[in-house]
Amino acid sequence: MEDNFKVIDNYLMVRMPEEIDHHLSGCISEKADQFIVAQKINNIVFDFEATRFMDSSGIGIIMGRYRKVSCFGGKVFAINADNRIRHLLMLSGLHKIVEIMD
Amino acid sequence: MKNEMKLEFDAISANESFARVAVAAFFAELDPTLEEISDVKTAVSEAVTNAIIHGYEGMEDKKVRLHCIIDDKVLQVEVVDEGHGIEDVDKAMEPMFTTKPELNRSGMGFPFMEAFMDELEVISTLGQGTRVRMKKKIGCTPWIQDED
Repeated sequence: MEDNFKVIDNYLMVRMPEEIDHHLSGCISEKADQFIVAQKINNIVFDFEATRFMDSSGIGIIMGRYRKVSCFGGKVFAINADNRIRHLLMLSGLHKIVEIMD
Repeated sequence: MKNEMKLEFDAISANESFARVAVAAFFAELDPTLEEISDVKTAVSEAVTNAIIHGYEGMEDKKVRLHCIIDDKVLQVEVVDEGHGIEDVDKAMEPMFTTKPELNRSGMGFPFMEAFMDELEVISTLGQGTRVRMKKKIGCTPWIQDED
């Protein structure tokens, strides 16, 4: 789990697991928040390269982290999201607040 | 083709992946597309997660029941809990509405079930539990949609 979080400058990189559901979401959110607070991080990059399944718990993780960093002018990015994940982000309106990059 | 399957499992989060994989394996005989498999897995995951965190609110000794029926090309999935029940079903189904923002819930559970299944019915009685019934016709996604 620890390996999936990396700080580069002002960015927290989060490597998302293969399956994102409620079972894992609490742990990911908590860990990310520790980094945000301890290292005063503004921007978060969620990397979906390994992700093959996601439900609305993944949306909850992103929304929650966005709330934490956006009030300090931070941004949230999604990288390596496949069509399925892009579709979920669109359906929930997150594409308006998260920058989806290739 | 007709087939039926019933499962009962503990209301613990580890069973969310078990439930969606079990349903995916059950309706594999209908030869679904990858898209259809993902749709059903997402919807099942949402319903089972709701039963565990909203229905039973972490009472792990309680049981979630899953009942699947294949009738011709239609898959019906029912997820039943005997927990809290929902006070206002219409409100609960609104996008972004959640009673548990502190748990990082997005309020997108029911909207995702609606988006990925053809039919969604939610029957709930306060203090008695919730029954979520979903249907999806398998094998009617136009092949052209599979391209991307």
